[in-house]
Amino acid sequence: MEKTYAGQAISTNEQGYLTDLNQWNRDIGTEIAKEEDIEMTDRHWEVIEYLQDQYRKEVPLSVRKVGKSNVVSIKEFYQLFPKGPLKISSRIAGIPKPVSCI
Amino acid sequence: MKQLLILGAGTSGTMMANHLNKVLPKDSWNISIVDQEETHYYQPGFLFLPFDLYKTKDVKKKIDKFIPKRVKLINEKIERIDKDKNEVVLKNNTILSYDILIVATGTNIAPQEIEGMLGAHWHKSVFDFYTYEGAKNLRDKLRTWKGGKLVVHISEMPIKCPVAPLEFAFLADSFFTNKGIRDQVEISFVTPMSGAFTKPKATEALNYLLEQKHIKVIPDFNIESVDGPNHKIMDYAGEEVAYDLLVTIPTNMGDPMIKRSGIGDELNYIPTDKATLQTKIKDNIFAIGDATNLPASKAGSVAHFEAEILTENIQRYIAGKELKKEFDGHANCFIETGHGKALLIDFNYTQEPVKGTFPFPGVGPLSLLKETHMNHMGKLAFKWIYWNMLIKGKHIPFVSATMQTSGKQIEETTH
Ligand SMILES: Cc1cc2nc3c(=O)[nH]c(=O)nc-3n(C[C@H](O)[C@H](O)[C@H](O)COP(=O)(O)OP(=O)(O)OC[C@H]3O[C@@H](n4cnc5c(N)ncnc54)[C@H](O)[C@@H]3O)c2cc1C
Repeated sequence: MEKTYAGQAISTNEQGYLTDLNQWNRDIGTEIAKEEDIEMTDRHWEVIEYLQDQYRKEVPLSVRKVGKSNVVSIKEFYQLFPKGPLKISSRIAGIPKPVSCI
Repeated sequence: MKQLLILGAGTSGTMMANHLNKVLPKDSWNISIVDQEETHYYQPGFLFLPFDLYKTKDVKKKIDKFIPKRVKLINEKIERIDKDKNEVVLKNNTILSYDILIVATGTNIAPQEIEGMLGAHWHKSVFDFYTYEGAKNLRDKLRTWKGGKLVVHISEMPIKCPVAPLEFAFLADSFFTNKGIRDQVEISFVTPMSGAFTKPKATEALNYLLEQKHIKVIPDFNIESVDGPNHKIMDYAGEEVAYDLLVTIPTNMGDPMIKRSGIGDELNYIPTDKATLQTKIKDNIFAIGDATNLPASKAGSVAHFEAEILTENIQRYIAGKELKKEFDGHANCFIETGHGKALLIDFNYTQEPVKGTFPFPGVGPLSLLKETHMNHMGKLAFKWIYWNMLIKGKHIPFVSATMQTSGKQIEETTH
Protein backbone atom coordinates (compact mmCIF):
# COMPACT_ATOMS: atom_id res chain seq x y z
CA MET A 1 0.00 0.00 0.00
CA GLU A 2 1.04 3.59 -0.53
CA LYS A 3 0.23 6.65 1.52
CA THR A 4 1.29 10.24 1.15
CA TYR A 5 3.05 11.82 4.12
CA ALA A 6 4.84 15.17 4.01
CA GLY A 7 4.35 15.25 0.26
CA GLN A 8 6.08 11.90 -0.31
CA ALA A 9 4.65 8.56 -1.41
CA ILE A 10 5.48 6.11 1.38
CA SER A 11 4.86 2.37 1.37
CA THR A 12 2.96 1.04 4.37
CA ASN A 13 1.28 -2.20 5.36
CA GLU A 14 -2.48 -2.65 5.87
CA GLN A 15 -2.24 -1.36 9.42
CA GLY A 16 -0.43 1.82 8.44
CA TYR A 17 3.08 0.83 9.54
CA LEU A 18 5.96 1.84 7.28
CA THR A 19 7.53 -1.09 5.48
CA ASP A 20 10.88 0.60 4.93
CA LEU A 21 12.52 2.68 7.65
CA ASN A 22 14.79 4.28 5.03
CA GLN A 23 11.81 6.24 3.72
CA TRP A 24 11.24 7.78 7.15
CA ASN A 25 12.02 11.33 8.24
CA ARG A 26 10.83 13.54 11.09
CA ASP A 27 8.20 15.30 8.97
CA ILE A 28 6.64 11.96 8.16
CA GLY A 29 6.79 10.98 11.85
CA THR A 30 5.08 14.22 12.80
CA GLU A 31 2.22 13.60 10.37
CA ILE A 32 1.71 10.02 11.55
CA ALA A 33 1.71 11.34 15.13
CA LYS A 34 -1.07 13.77 14.21
CA GLU A 35 -3.18 10.83 13.00
CA GLU A 36 -2.68 9.37 16.48
CA ASP A 37 -3.57 12.72 18.09
CA ILE A 38 -0.08 13.25 19.39
CA GLU A 39 1.84 16.53 19.31
CA MET A 40 5.53 15.63 19.15
CA THR A 41 8.00 17.14 21.68
CA ASP A 42 11.71 16.58 22.28
CA ARG A 43 10.85 13.86 24.79
CA HIS A 44 8.80 12.05 22.15
CA TRP A 45 11.68 12.21 19.66
CA GLU A 46 14.15 10.84 22.19
CA VAL A 47 11.97 7.77 22.58
CA ILE A 48 11.50 7.45 18.80
CA GLU A 49 15.24 7.58 18.20
CA TYR A 50 15.83 4.93 20.84
CA LEU A 51 13.25 2.63 19.20
CA GLN A 52 14.77 3.07 15.75
CA ASP A 53 18.21 2.38 17.13
CA GLN A 54 17.03 -0.86 18.77
CA TYR A 55 15.23 -1.90 15.60
CA ARG A 56 18.38 -1.42 13.50
CA LYS A 57 20.22 -3.63 15.99
CA GLU A 58 17.48 -6.26 15.51
CA VAL A 59 16.58 -6.19 19.21
CA PRO A 60 12.94 -7.25 19.77
CA LEU A 61 11.08 -4.51 21.66
CA SER A 62 8.68 -4.69 24.57
CA VAL A 63 7.12 -2.09 26.88
CA ARG A 64 9.41 -3.36 29.65
CA LYS A 65 12.52 -3.00 27.52
CA VAL A 66 11.62 0.61 26.85
CA GLY A 67 10.86 1.11 30.56
CA LYS A 68 14.31 -0.22 31.52
CA SER A 69 16.14 1.73 28.83
CA ASN A 70 16.91 4.80 30.97
CA VAL A 71 15.31 6.80 28.15
CA VAL A 72 11.81 6.86 29.62
CA SER A 73 9.89 5.15 32.46
CA ILE A 74 6.84 3.03 31.67
CA LYS A 75 4.65 5.62 33.35
CA GLU A 76 6.00 8.43 31.19
CA PHE A 77 5.93 6.24 28.08
CA TYR A 78 2.17 5.99 28.71
CA GLN A 79 1.84 9.72 29.15
CA LEU A 80 3.71 10.40 25.91
CA PHE A 81 1.87 7.80 23.83
CA PRO A 82 -1.42 7.06 25.62
CA LYS A 83 -3.29 3.75 25.17
CA GLY A 84 -0.92 1.48 23.29
CA PRO A 85 2.45 3.16 23.82
CA LEU A 86 4.62 0.64 21.99
CA LYS A 87 2.40 0.13 18.98
CA ILE A 88 1.75 3.86 18.54
CA SER A 89 5.37 4.90 19.02
CA SER A 90 6.50 2.14 16.63
CA ARG A 91 4.17 3.46 13.97
CA ILE A 92 5.49 7.00 14.40
CA ALA A 93 9.06 5.67 14.35
CA GLY A 94 8.48 3.96 11.00
CA ILE A 95 9.34 0.52 12.38
CA PRO A 96 7.17 -2.65 12.31
CA LYS A 97 4.40 -3.26 14.79
CA PRO A 98 5.67 -5.26 17.81
CA VAL A 99 5.45 -9.02 17.15
CA SER A 100 2.65 -11.31 18.22
CA CYS A 101 1.70 -14.58 16.66
CA ILE A 102 -1.93 -14.27 15.61
CA MET B 1 37.86 -36.32 24.54
CA LYS B 2 35.89 -33.20 23.66
CA GLN B 3 32.94 -32.11 25.80
CA LEU B 4 29.53 -31.01 24.59
CA LEU B 5 27.39 -29.70 27.43
CA ILE B 6 23.64 -29.07 27.29
CA LEU B 7 21.99 -26.92 29.97
CA GLY B 8 18.34 -27.86 30.57
CA ALA B 9 16.63 -31.18 29.80
CA GLY B 10 13.21 -29.84 28.85
CA THR B 11 11.78 -30.01 25.34
CA SER B 12 14.78 -28.48 23.55
CA GLY B 13 17.63 -29.95 25.60
CA THR B 14 16.19 -33.46 25.42
CA MET B 15 15.75 -33.19 21.65
CA MET B 16 19.35 -31.99 21.23
CA ALA B 17 20.69 -34.84 23.40
CA ASN B 18 18.91 -37.33 21.13
CA HIS B 19 19.99 -35.69 17.88
CA LEU B 20 23.63 -35.27 18.91
CA ASN B 21 23.83 -38.79 20.31
CA LYS B 22 23.31 -39.95 16.72
CA VAL B 23 25.71 -37.63 14.96
CA LEU B 24 28.66 -36.97 17.28
CA PRO B 25 31.38 -39.66 17.07
CA LYS B 26 31.46 -41.66 20.34
CA ASP B 27 35.23 -41.97 20.39
CA SER B 28 35.89 -38.24 20.37
CA TRP B 29 32.85 -36.55 21.99
CA ASN B 30 31.30 -36.80 25.45
CA ILE B 31 27.80 -35.39 25.84
CA SER B 32 26.40 -34.24 29.21
CA ILE B 33 23.09 -32.60 30.09
CA VAL B 34 22.12 -30.83 33.34
CA ASP B 35 18.65 -30.23 34.81
CA GLN B 36 17.42 -29.41 38.30
CA GLU B 37 14.24 -31.49 37.86
CA GLU B 38 13.70 -35.24 37.94
CA THR B 39 10.43 -34.83 36.08
CA HIS B 40 9.88 -33.89 32.45
CA TYR B 41 6.63 -31.91 32.23
CA TYR B 42 4.47 -31.89 29.13
CA GLN B 43 3.68 -28.18 29.34
CA PRO B 44 1.03 -28.11 26.58
CA GLY B 45 -0.98 -30.37 28.93
CA PHE B 46 -1.09 -27.58 31.55
CA LEU B 47 -3.87 -26.09 29.43
CA PHE B 48 -6.06 -29.17 29.88
CA LEU B 49 -5.25 -30.00 33.50
CA PRO B 50 -7.31 -27.17 35.07
CA PHE B 51 -10.45 -28.44 33.30
CA ASP B 52 -9.94 -32.06 34.36
CA LEU B 53 -9.44 -32.97 30.69
CA TYR B 54 -6.00 -34.40 31.49
CA LYS B 55 -4.87 -36.12 34.65
CA THR B 56 -1.58 -35.29 36.36
CA LYS B 57 -0.04 -38.50 34.98
CA ASP B 58 -0.63 -37.24 31.41
CA VAL B 59 1.78 -34.35 31.90
CA LYS B 60 4.63 -35.90 33.96
CA LYS B 61 7.25 -38.48 33.13
CA LYS B 62 10.70 -39.29 34.51
CA ILE B 63 13.26 -37.03 32.88
CA ASP B 64 15.87 -39.83 32.43
CA LYS B 65 13.49 -41.92 30.31
CA PHE B 66 14.18 -39.68 27.35
CA ILE B 67 17.94 -39.23 27.66
CA PRO B 68 20.03 -41.72 25.64
CA LYS B 69 22.37 -43.98 27.66
CA ARG B 70 25.55 -42.50 26.24
CA VAL B 71 24.57 -39.01 27.44
CA LYS B 72 25.47 -38.23 31.06
CA LEU B 73 22.50 -36.73 32.92
CA ILE B 74 23.39 -34.55 35.88
CA ASN B 75 20.56 -33.72 38.27
CA GLU B 76 21.58 -30.41 39.83
CA LYS B 77 20.80 -26.73 39.71
CA ILE B 78 23.00 -24.61 37.44
CA GLU B 79 24.57 -21.68 39.24
CA ARG B 80 26.21 -19.86 36.33
CA ILE B 81 28.12 -19.99 33.07
CA ASP B 82 31.67 -18.68 33.04
CA LYS B 83 32.01 -17.95 29.35
CA ASP B 84 35.62 -16.77 29.56
CA LYS B 85 36.79 -20.02 31.15
CA ASN B 86 34.42 -22.24 29.08
CA GLU B 87 33.01 -23.60 32.32
CA VAL B 88 29.66 -24.09 34.00
CA VAL B 89 29.38 -23.94 37.78
CA LEU B 90 26.67 -26.03 39.48
CA LYS B 91 24.94 -25.24 42.77
CA ASN B 92 26.96 -27.96 44.54
CA ASN B 93 30.15 -26.22 43.28
CA THR B 94 30.93 -28.88 40.67
CA ILE B 95 32.66 -27.35 37.67
CA LEU B 96 31.93 -28.67 34.20
CA SER B 97 34.21 -27.63 31.34
CA TYR B 98 33.00 -27.66 27.79
CA ASP B 99 34.17 -27.24 24.22
CA ILE B 100 30.65 -26.51 23.00
CA LEU B 101 27.76 -25.30 25.16
CA ILE B 102 24.05 -25.42 24.28
CA VAL B 103 21.78 -23.35 26.50
CA ALA B 104 18.23 -24.73 26.68
CA THR B 105 17.02 -23.46 30.05
CA GLY B 106 13.66 -22.22 28.75
CA THR B 107 11.50 -19.52 30.26
CA ASN B 108 9.33 -19.39 33.35
CA ILE B 109 6.76 -17.16 34.98
CA ALA B 110 7.97 -14.26 37.12
CA PRO B 111 4.89 -13.10 39.10
CA GLN B 112 7.15 -11.13 41.44
CA GLU B 113 7.68 -8.67 38.59
CA ILE B 114 4.12 -7.31 38.93
CA GLU B 115 3.38 -5.34 42.08
CA GLY B 116 0.90 -7.16 44.31
CA MET B 117 0.56 -10.26 42.14
CA LEU B 118 2.05 -12.53 44.80
CA GLY B 119 0.49 -12.55 48.25
CA ALA B 120 -2.08 -14.41 50.32
CA HIS B 121 -4.35 -14.47 47.25
CA TRP B 122 -1.80 -16.34 45.06
CA HIS B 123 -3.30 -19.69 44.03
CA LYS B 124 -6.44 -18.78 46.04
CA SER B 125 -8.10 -16.17 43.77
CA VAL B 126 -5.15 -15.32 41.50
CA PHE B 127 -3.77 -18.25 39.48
CA ASP B 128 -1.31 -19.05 36.75
CA PHE B 129 -1.57 -22.21 34.67
CA TYR B 130 1.94 -22.05 33.15
CA THR B 131 3.41 -24.14 35.96
CA TYR B 132 2.44 -27.63 37.12
CA GLU B 133 1.57 -26.29 40.58
CA GLY B 134 -0.51 -23.46 39.14
CA ALA B 135 -2.45 -25.68 36.75
CA LYS B 136 -3.15 -28.25 39.48
CA ASN B 137 -4.26 -25.68 42.05
CA LEU B 138 -6.49 -24.04 39.46
CA ARG B 139 -8.06 -27.41 38.71
CA ASP B 140 -8.95 -27.79 42.40
CA LYS B 141 -10.39 -24.28 42.44
CA LEU B 142 -12.49 -24.80 39.29
CA ARG B 143 -13.93 -28.05 40.64
CA THR B 144 -15.84 -26.09 43.27
CA TRP B 145 -16.07 -22.55 41.84
CA LYS B 146 -19.68 -21.40 41.65
CA GLY B 147 -19.19 -18.64 39.08
CA GLY B 148 -18.63 -14.89 38.91
CA LYS B 149 -16.18 -12.73 36.98
CA LEU B 150 -13.43 -14.81 35.35
CA VAL B 151 -10.63 -12.63 34.02
CA VAL B 152 -8.07 -14.29 31.74
CA HIS B 153 -5.10 -11.96 31.60
CA ILE B 154 -1.73 -11.49 29.89
CA SER B 155 0.75 -9.33 31.83
CA GLU B 156 3.24 -8.48 29.11
CA MET B 157 4.69 -9.88 25.91
CA PRO B 158 6.56 -11.99 24.99
CA ILE B 159 5.09 -15.08 26.65
CA LYS B 160 5.61 -18.70 25.73
CA CYS B 161 2.87 -20.29 23.67
CA PRO B 162 1.18 -16.93 23.03
CA VAL B 163 -2.13 -18.56 22.08
CA ALA B 164 -2.50 -20.54 25.33
CA PRO B 165 -4.34 -17.76 27.22
CA LEU B 166 -6.92 -17.48 24.46
CA GLU B 167 -7.32 -21.26 24.37
CA PHE B 168 -7.85 -21.12 28.11
CA ALA B 169 -10.71 -18.63 27.65
CA PHE B 170 -12.28 -20.83 24.93
CA LEU B 171 -12.00 -23.98 27.04
CA ALA B 172 -13.46 -22.14 30.02
CA ASP B 173 -16.53 -21.30 27.93
CA SER B 174 -16.87 -24.97 27.03
CA PHE B 175 -16.21 -26.13 30.61
CA PHE B 176 -18.82 -23.89 32.25
CA THR B 177 -21.35 -24.68 29.51
CA ASN B 178 -20.93 -28.39 30.18
CA LYS B 179 -21.26 -27.77 33.90
CA GLY B 180 -24.53 -25.93 33.25
CA ILE B 181 -23.32 -22.70 34.89
CA ARG B 182 -22.20 -20.70 31.85
CA ASP B 183 -24.84 -18.03 32.63
CA GLN B 184 -23.25 -17.54 36.07
CA VAL B 185 -19.82 -16.79 34.60
CA GLU B 186 -18.67 -13.62 32.90
CA ILE B 187 -15.49 -14.25 30.87
CA SER B 188 -13.16 -11.35 29.97
CA PHE B 189 -9.88 -11.50 28.11
CA VAL B 190 -7.52 -8.71 29.16
CA THR B 191 -4.45 -8.17 26.97
CA PRO B 192 -1.68 -5.59 26.48
CA MET B 193 -2.07 -6.08 22.71
CA SER B 194 -4.55 -4.29 20.50
CA GLY B 195 -6.89 -7.29 20.49
CA ALA B 196 -7.17 -11.04 21.05
CA PHE B 197 -5.96 -11.46 17.48
CA THR B 198 -3.61 -8.88 16.07
CA LYS B 199 -2.63 -10.21 12.65
CA PRO B 200 -5.02 -9.11 9.89
CA LYS B 201 -5.83 -12.53 8.38
CA ALA B 202 -6.35 -14.17 11.76
CA THR B 203 -8.55 -11.32 12.97
CA GLU B 204 -10.72 -11.61 9.88
CA ALA B 205 -11.04 -15.38 10.21
CA LEU B 206 -11.39 -15.69 13.97
CA ASN B 207 -13.02 -12.68 15.53
CA TYR B 208 -16.45 -14.35 15.35
CA LEU B 209 -15.26 -16.92 17.91
CA LEU B 210 -15.13 -14.32 20.66
CA GLU B 211 -18.64 -13.14 19.94
CA GLN B 212 -20.01 -16.64 19.65
CA LYS B 213 -18.50 -17.59 23.00
CA HIS B 214 -19.43 -14.31 24.73
CA ILE B 215 -15.88 -13.47 25.65
CA LYS B 216 -15.35 -9.78 26.27
CA VAL B 217 -11.98 -8.45 25.12
CA ILE B 218 -10.28 -5.60 27.00
CA PRO B 219 -7.32 -4.58 24.79
CA ASP B 220 -4.33 -2.26 25.37
CA PHE B 221 -4.23 -3.05 29.08
CA ASN B 222 -0.68 -2.86 30.47
CA ILE B 223 -0.86 -4.01 34.07
CA GLU B 224 0.82 -1.93 36.75
CA SER B 225 -0.41 -3.79 39.84
CA VAL B 226 -2.79 -6.32 41.35
CA ASP B 227 -5.01 -5.34 44.28
CA GLY B 228 -5.50 -8.80 45.78
CA PRO B 229 -7.70 -7.87 48.77
CA ASN B 230 -10.09 -5.84 46.58
CA HIS B 231 -9.97 -8.20 43.57
CA LYS B 232 -8.87 -5.65 40.96
CA ILE B 233 -6.09 -5.22 38.42
CA MET B 234 -4.90 -1.73 37.50
CA ASP B 235 -3.06 -0.54 34.39
CA TYR B 236 -0.58 2.28 33.81
CA ALA B 237 -3.24 4.43 32.18
CA GLY B 238 -5.45 4.24 35.29
CA GLU B 239 -7.94 1.67 33.99
CA GLU B 240 -9.24 -0.97 36.44
CA VAL B 241 -10.74 -4.42 35.90
CA ALA B 242 -12.52 -6.27 38.70
CA TYR B 243 -12.39 -10.06 39.03
CA ASP B 244 -13.61 -12.87 41.23
CA LEU B 245 -11.14 -15.29 39.69
CA LEU B 246 -8.01 -14.01 37.95
CA VAL B 247 -6.15 -16.40 35.68
CA THR B 248 -3.05 -14.50 34.70
CA ILE B 249 0.00 -15.12 32.58
CA PRO B 250 2.65 -13.31 34.64
CA THR B 251 5.70 -11.76 33.01
CA ASN B 252 7.76 -14.54 31.42
CA MET B 253 11.52 -14.50 32.00
CA GLY B 254 14.52 -16.66 31.26
CA ASP B 255 16.15 -18.45 34.21
CA PRO B 256 17.95 -16.22 36.77
CA MET B 257 21.06 -18.31 35.99
CA ILE B 258 21.32 -16.33 32.74
CA LYS B 259 21.39 -13.12 34.72
CA ARG B 260 23.95 -14.48 37.18
CA SER B 261 26.13 -15.31 34.16
CA GLY B 262 25.78 -11.77 32.82
CA ILE B 263 24.76 -12.89 29.35
CA GLY B 264 21.05 -12.06 28.98
CA ASP B 265 18.83 -9.14 28.07
CA GLU B 266 16.45 -7.46 30.54
CA LEU B 267 14.15 -10.50 30.46
CA ASN B 268 17.10 -12.92 30.84
CA TYR B 269 16.87 -14.08 27.22
CA ILE B 270 20.11 -14.83 25.39
CA PRO B 271 20.95 -12.72 22.34
CA THR B 272 21.03 -15.32 19.55
CA ASP B 273 21.45 -15.20 15.78
CA LYS B 274 17.96 -15.77 14.44
CA ALA B 275 19.06 -17.83 11.42
CA THR B 276 21.97 -19.94 12.81
CA LEU B 277 21.15 -20.24 16.57
CA GLN B 278 24.70 -19.35 17.52
CA THR B 279 24.64 -16.90 20.43
CA LYS B 280 26.04 -13.41 20.17
CA ILE B 281 27.81 -14.13 23.47
CA LYS B 282 30.58 -16.40 22.19
CA ASP B 283 31.14 -18.60 19.13
CA ASN B 284 31.11 -21.88 21.06
CA ILE B 285 27.83 -21.11 22.85
CA PHE B 286 24.56 -21.96 21.09
CA ALA B 287 21.01 -21.49 22.33
CA ILE B 288 17.68 -23.07 21.49
CA GLY B 289 14.02 -22.85 22.42
CA ASP B 290 12.45 -20.48 24.91
CA ALA B 291 15.83 -19.38 26.31
CA THR B 292 16.71 -17.35 23.20
CA ASN B 293 15.68 -13.80 22.31
CA LEU B 294 14.55 -14.79 18.79
CA PRO B 295 11.51 -12.93 17.45
CA ALA B 296 9.77 -16.30 16.96
CA SER B 297 7.02 -17.88 19.07
CA LYS B 298 8.26 -19.59 22.21
CA ALA B 299 6.75 -23.00 21.47
CA GLY B 300 7.73 -26.66 21.44
CA SER B 301 7.06 -26.87 17.71
CA VAL B 302 9.46 -23.99 17.10
CA ALA B 303 12.10 -25.71 19.24
CA HIS B 304 11.56 -28.88 17.19
CA PHE B 305 12.30 -27.06 13.93
CA GLU B 306 15.24 -25.26 15.52
CA ALA B 307 16.70 -28.56 16.73
CA GLU B 308 17.06 -29.92 13.20
CA ILE B 309 18.95 -26.82 12.08
CA LEU B 310 21.03 -26.55 15.25
CA THR B 311 22.16 -30.18 14.92
CA GLU B 312 23.42 -29.44 11.44
CA ASN B 313 25.14 -26.25 12.62
CA ILE B 314 26.91 -27.95 15.55
CA GLN B 315 28.37 -30.45 13.06
CA ARG B 316 29.42 -27.61 10.77
CA TYR B 317 30.95 -25.70 13.66
CA ILE B 318 33.00 -28.75 14.65
CA ALA B 319 34.13 -29.22 11.05
CA GLY B 320 35.11 -25.55 10.81
CA LYS B 321 32.52 -24.90 8.09
CA GLU B 322 30.29 -21.88 7.70
CA LEU B 323 27.02 -22.16 9.63
CA LYS B 324 23.74 -22.63 7.79
CA LYS B 325 21.58 -19.52 8.01
CA GLU B 326 18.42 -21.50 7.69
CA PHE B 327 16.02 -20.98 10.57
CA ASP B 328 13.03 -18.95 9.35
CA GLY B 329 10.99 -18.74 12.57
CA HIS B 330 8.72 -21.61 11.52
CA ALA B 331 5.92 -22.29 14.04
CA ASN B 332 3.02 -24.68 13.85
CA CYS B 333 0.41 -24.51 16.61
CA PHE B 334 -2.95 -26.04 17.35
CA ILE B 335 -5.39 -23.70 19.05
CA GLU B 336 -8.15 -25.33 21.08
CA THR B 337 -11.44 -23.52 20.62
CA GLY B 338 -13.53 -25.70 22.96
CA HIS B 339 -16.53 -27.93 22.27
CA GLY B 340 -14.29 -30.54 20.59
CA LYS B 341 -12.84 -28.27 17.96
CA ALA B 342 -9.49 -26.63 17.24
CA LEU B 343 -7.67 -24.40 14.80
CA LEU B 344 -4.24 -24.90 13.29
CA ILE B 345 -1.83 -22.12 12.35
CA ASP B 346 1.46 -22.37 10.48
CA PHE B 347 3.66 -19.31 10.05
CA ASN B 348 7.21 -17.91 10.28
CA TYR B 349 9.16 -14.68 10.90
CA THR B 350 7.63 -12.94 7.90
CA GLN B 351 4.55 -14.89 6.81
CA GLU B 352 1.44 -14.38 8.94
CA PRO B 353 -0.95 -17.34 9.48
CA VAL B 354 -3.28 -17.81 6.49
CA LYS B 355 -5.95 -20.30 5.38
CA GLY B 356 -5.13 -23.51 3.57
CA THR B 357 -4.46 -27.18 4.24
CA PHE B 358 -1.72 -28.97 6.17
CA PRO B 359 0.58 -30.85 5.75
CA PHE B 360 -0.48 -31.93 2.25
CA PRO B 361 -1.26 -29.04 -0.12
CA GLY B 362 -4.93 -29.12 -1.13
CA VAL B 363 -5.58 -32.33 0.84
CA GLY B 364 -5.04 -31.72 4.51
CA PRO B 365 -6.26 -33.56 6.51
CA LEU B 366 -5.79 -30.53 8.76
CA SER B 367 -7.21 -27.09 7.94
CA LEU B 368 -5.31 -23.92 8.58
CA LEU B 369 -7.02 -21.04 10.36
CA LYS B 370 -10.34 -22.90 10.37
CA GLU B 371 -12.16 -24.48 13.30
CA THR B 372 -12.57 -28.26 12.80
CA HIS B 373 -12.95 -31.43 14.83
CA MET B 374 -10.03 -32.95 12.89
CA ASN B 375 -7.72 -30.21 14.19
CA HIS B 376 -8.85 -31.02 17.75
CA MET B 377 -7.90 -34.65 17.15
CA GLY B 378 -4.56 -33.31 15.92
CA LYS B 379 -4.04 -31.38 19.16
CA LEU B 380 -4.79 -34.46 21.25
CA ALA B 381 -2.46 -36.54 19.06
CA PHE B 382 0.26 -33.97 19.76
CA LYS B 383 0.67 -35.42 23.25
CA TRP B 384 1.54 -38.83 21.79
CA ILE B 385 3.80 -37.26 19.18
CA TYR B 386 5.52 -35.21 21.89
CA TRP B 387 6.37 -38.11 24.19
CA ASN B 388 7.12 -40.63 21.44
CA MET B 389 8.67 -38.66 18.60
CA LEU B 390 9.28 -34.99 19.24
CA ILE B 391 11.55 -35.05 22.28
CA LYS B 392 13.25 -38.21 21.07
CA GLY B 393 14.44 -36.17 18.11
CA LYS B 394 12.56 -38.20 15.51
CA HIS B 395 11.63 -36.39 12.34
CA ILE B 396 7.88 -35.84 12.11
CA PRO B 397 6.88 -37.15 8.66
CA PHE B 398 5.81 -34.59 6.05
CA VAL B 399 6.55 -31.60 8.28
CA SER B 400 9.70 -29.71 7.33
CA ALA B 401 11.83 -27.46 9.49
CA THR B 402 11.29 -24.44 7.27
CA MET B 403 7.78 -23.27 6.42
CA GLN B 404 6.21 -24.45 3.15
CA THR B 405 4.08 -22.08 1.11
CA SER B 406 2.23 -24.62 -1.05
CA GLY B 407 -1.32 -25.36 0.11
CA LYS B 408 -1.57 -21.94 1.68
CA GLN B 409 -3.73 -19.07 0.45
CA ILE B 410 -1.01 -16.48 0.28
CA GLU B 411 -2.05 -13.38 -1.63
CA GLU B 412 0.87 -11.13 -0.93
CA THR B 413 3.94 -11.45 1.22
CA THR B 414 3.56 -9.35 4.31
CA HIS B 415 6.43 -7.71 6.08
C1 LIG C 1 0.31 -23.81 29.17
C2 LIG C 1 1.27 -24.07 28.06
C3 LIG C 1 0.80 -24.58 26.86
C4 LIG C 1 1.68 -24.82 25.81
N1 LIG C 1 1.18 -25.34 24.64
C5 LIG C 1 2.02 -25.60 23.61
C6 LIG C 1 1.53 -26.19 22.40
O1 LIG C 1 0.34 -26.49 22.26
N2 LIG C 1 2.42 -26.41 21.39
C7 LIG C 1 3.75 -26.10 21.51
O2 LIG C 1 4.49 -26.32 20.57
N3 LIG C 1 4.24 -25.55 22.65
C8 LIG C 1 3.41 -25.30 23.70
N4 LIG C 1 3.91 -24.76 24.87
C9 LIG C 1 5.31 -24.28 24.92
C10 LIG C 1 6.34 -25.38 25.14
O3 LIG C 1 6.02 -26.16 26.25
C11 LIG C 1 7.70 -24.71 25.35
O4 LIG C 1 7.93 -23.80 24.31
C12 LIG C 1 8.84 -25.73 25.36
O5 LIG C 1 8.71 -26.58 26.46
C13 LIG C 1 10.19 -25.02 25.37
O6 LIG C 1 11.22 -25.93 25.55
P1 LIG C 1 12.60 -25.50 26.22
O7 LIG C 1 13.41 -26.74 26.23
O8 LIG C 1 13.13 -24.31 25.53
O9 LIG C 1 12.21 -25.10 27.71
P2 LIG C 1 11.61 -26.10 28.87
O10 LIG C 1 10.92 -27.26 28.24
O11 LIG C 1 10.82 -25.24 29.76
O12 LIG C 1 12.92 -26.65 29.58
C14 LIG C 1 13.81 -25.89 30.35
C15 LIG C 1 14.50 -26.83 31.33
O13 LIG C 1 15.63 -26.18 31.89
C16 LIG C 1 15.69 -26.48 33.26
N5 LIG C 1 16.41 -25.39 33.95
C17 LIG C 1 16.19 -24.06 33.83
N6 LIG C 1 17.01 -23.37 34.61
C18 LIG C 1 17.79 -24.27 35.26
C19 LIG C 1 18.84 -24.16 36.22
N7 LIG C 1 19.27 -22.98 36.69
N8 LIG C 1 19.41 -25.30 36.66
C20 LIG C 1 19.00 -26.52 36.21
N9 LIG C 1 18.01 -26.68 35.31
C21 LIG C 1 17.41 -25.56 34.84
C22 LIG C 1 14.25 -26.62 33.70
O14 LIG C 1 14.13 -27.41 34.87
C23 LIG C 1 13.60 -27.26 32.47
O15 LIG C 1 13.57 -28.66 32.56
C24 LIG C 1 3.05 -24.53 25.96
C25 LIG C 1 3.53 -24.04 27.17
C26 LIG C 1 2.66 -23.81 28.22
C27 LIG C 1 3.18 -23.29 29.53
